[in-house]
Amino acid sequence: MAISIFHRITGSGLATVGALGLVWWLWAAASGKAAYETFIACATSPIGYLVLIGLTWAFFQHLFSGLRHFVLDIGAGYELKTNKSWSILVFVLAIAATGILWLVILAGKI
Amino acid sequence: MGTGTGIGRVRGLGSAKTGAHHWIQQRVTAAGNVLLLVWFLISLFKLPGLEYAEVVAWLGQPLVAVPMMLMLANLFWHLRMGLQVVIEDYVHEEGTKFGTLLLLNFYAIGGAALGIFAIAKIAFTAGAAS
Repeated sequence: MAISIFHRITGSGLATVGALGLVWWLWAAASGKAAYETFIACATSPIGYLVLIGLTWAFFQHLFSGLRHFVLDIGAGYELKTNKSWSILVFVLAIAATGILWLVILAGKI
Repeated sequence: MGTGTGIGRVRGLGSAKTGAHHWIQQRVTAAGNVLLLVWFLISLFKLPGLEYAEVVAWLGQPLVAVPMMLMLANLFWHLRMGLQVVIEDYVHEEGTKFGTLLLLNFYAIGGAALGIFAIAKIAFTAGAAS
């Protein structure tokens, strides 16, 4: 149950905040140095980092959960125990991938 | 016709002649997103930095600009279908549903167009501007 609603929540978040952020980044890069630097200033503010880390987690959660759906689509993984293990693994992997990625990014900045 | 679902109906030959295409497209764009977004994030990660000059030079390369445009189209197509299902599930009043879906279409097509135009502008003017 939880995995399904999280797929929707992360998908909706990526579709709105994530897609708008991506288009803002591209639009800023196409508009010139000043617009781009405004974007970078916002993205590297405390709220910007919070949003980016949130989007990273949402991306991995939606990605792994989506891959799980591909497995379910071929008719596999419906046994209660198997289904539960894969669902828990999706949550764990998403948090782990987000943590590792941001540790590497922030370690590179120091 | 007998009971049960004949394979012909399953393959889209039922009375509506269609039905599964939304579901299939959601999967096809999902697979495309896996490839394109993983490529995009790895590429961003491999860039020495995200300064203006670096990003514009990177986006200006044909083998970056084209996959980026494909990513924008694929991404907005996928999110349009995903949000459509979410709206259809939670917005029940017909007028509100119609209006929300209309806004969703404007958002998806407008967002994709702006993103793709931005990439095209960078790709066609990179080198000239710097």
